[in-house]
Amino acid sequence: MARVVILGAGIAGHTAARYLHLELPNVHEIVVVSPNPTWNWIPSNIWVGVGQMTEQDVTFDLADIYKKTRIDFRQAKGLSLHPEGGAASSRPYVTVESTLAGREGQTENIEYDYLINATGPKLNFGATEGLGPEHGHTVSVCTASHAKEANDKLQKIVDSLKRGEKKTIVIGTGHGTCTCQGAAFEYIYNVDHILREAGVRENARIVWLSNEYELGDFGMGGVHIERGGYITNGKTFAESLMVERGIEWIIRAHVKKVEAGKLHYETLDGSFHELEFDFSMLIPPFSGVGLKAFSHSEEDITAKVFAPSGFMKVDADYTARPYADWSAGDWPKTYQNPIYRSLFAIGIAFAPPHLISKPMQSANGTPINPAPPRTGMPSAAMAIAVAKSIRDMLDGAPEPTHTASMAKMGAACVASTGAHLFRGSAATMTVYPIVPDYERYPEYGRDLELTFGEIGLAGHWMKTLFHHTFIYQAKMLPGWRLLPD
Amino acid sequence: MSNAINKEPYQQAYYPPAPNGFTRHMRNNIVWQIYRFIVINMKMLKLMRKSH
Repeated sequence: MARVVILGAGIAGHTAARYLHLELPNVHEIVVVSPNPTWNWIPSNIWVGVGQMTEQDVTFDLADIYKKTRIDFRQAKGLSLHPEGGAASSRPYVTVESTLAGREGQTENIEYDYLINATGPKLNFGATEGLGPEHGHTVSVCTASHAKEANDKLQKIVDSLKRGEKKTIVIGTGHGTCTCQGAAFEYIYNVDHILREAGVRENARIVWLSNEYELGDFGMGGVHIERGGYITNGKTFAESLMVERGIEWIIRAHVKKVEAGKLHYETLDGSFHELEFDFSMLIPPFSGVGLKAFSHSEEDITAKVFAPSGFMKVDADYTARPYADWSAGDWPKTYQNPIYRSLFAIGIAFAPPHLISKPMQSANGTPINPAPPRTGMPSAAMAIAVAKSIRDMLDGAPEPTHTASMAKMGAACVASTGAHLFRGSAATMTVYPIVPDYERYPEYGRDLELTFGEIGLAGHWMKTLFHHTFIYQAKMLPGWRLLPD
Repeated sequence: MSNAINKEPYQQAYYPPAPNGFTRHMRNNIVWQIYRFIVINMKMLKLMRKSH
C-alpha cells in the first residue's frame, strides 16, 4: 500500500486527484492537502469581477466532492518537504499546518511515497508597493473573493459615471515580470462592455498598461495567425480590438509603486511616468508559495529543490543561456524533480527553464518582460501525465511513463470581450505548441493550422460551455470521465 | 466653414486595422456564429488530440 499526497487542489491538483482516484488500485491512499476549502473555476472570475456571476457560481466545496471518493482531504497548507525523512520519520514526509476553523496553526506530518506539488502561485502583491486589494490601491480578479470586491468597486464607478462624472480606469499588469496578461485583457473588455451596456462608456477613459513589448505577446512571445490571405502577428489584432473599443494602451511598462489614485511606472527606455486613475485592476507577479525543504539531518535544502522564484525544479534544462540558444527541448516533460524522484510539480508550481518571450531590460537594468503563461489546459495535461506516471511507477516502472511538454502541447484560450447570450463576444485563440519550436516549425515556431484566432459570439458560447463543462467535470458528476480535460 | 476635424495622424489609434460593418455584423450573426461554434469546437478537439 502506498500513499500519494497532492499539495494544492486547484485545476492542476484537483485534476491529479481525480485521475489518481480513477487509475490507482484501491489499496493505495490519496491525500489532498489544500489551504482553501473550495475549488475555483478561475477563468470565470472575470465575470464575477464585472457582476455577471457570483462567487458561488465559480466555486464549490472540495470536502463535499472528496467525501464521495476515497480521497482523504486535509484543509491545510504545506510548510516544508522532508524528501529524505527527518526528525519525525525515516520515510519522506511533508509538514502541513491546518487552516480549518478551530484548528488553525496545528501542524501535522504526512508521510508519502509520492508527492505532487500543485500549490500554484503566491500572488506576490508585495513585489510592487501599493499593489493589491488587501494592502494597496488596486483590485484583483485572481481569486473569486477578490473578483467580487473588484465588482463592488466597479459598480460604484459605474454609478459615478451615470451621474456624469469622468473617470479613468487602468487595467493590466502590476509589475515588469507578470504573466496572465490574458486575464487582464479579458477584464478590460468586459469592463468596456459593462460600461456600454450601462450607457456610460463615453464618460470613462480606459487604459491598458502592461509589461509586454507589443500587445498580443501574452507571455508567449506573441503569435502568428493566418487570416485574410496573410500571416499576421497577433499584435495587429490586439491593437485593432483596443482601437475598436476606444482603449488606449501603454506597453513595455513596469509598475514601481501605486498610491491612492496614482501609479508610477518605468518604461523600457528608462523613463519614469505617472498615471492618475479612479479604478485599477493590475495582475500581480507570481512566485512560489514559499515551501521549504530539509534533508534527513534537518539541513535546509530549499535551494536544491526549488528555484529562487520558489517554484520547484523539475526535469527542465536550467542551464543559463542567451535567448538565441533557447530551445523547445529545455522545457520539462515528466515534471519529476531531478534529485528526489518521488517529487513532482505541476501547473504553476513547476519552475520554467526560462521565459518564452525575449528577455528585455530597461535602460536602468529593470527587467520588463512577461513570464510564461500558465493556463488550464496544459495544467490539466501535466496533472494527467503525472497521475499516470505515478500509477505505473507504483506498478514497478522505474521512471515516469507519461510526458506533457509545453513544447508538444497546445492551449486554447477564450478571452471574453463581453458577456451576453446574443450581444456578447469573445476572442477565441488556440496555439500549438505553447512554447515555440523552431526545429519543427522553422518559420513561425508554431503549426499555423492549429494556431488560430477569431472574435465573435461563438467564442462567448464556448466560454460559457467551458464554464459549465469544467465545473461539472471537477465535481466528478456522472460521466465526467467522458469530458475532455 | 466645415466642422470636420482631421483624424489625428501618427497616434496610436491611427494605424491598426478596424473591422468594417460587414465584419462587425458577422460577429453577432446567429447563423454564421452557429457555424463558427461548430468549427471552433472541431479545431479544439483536434488540438486536444494532438496534445495528449
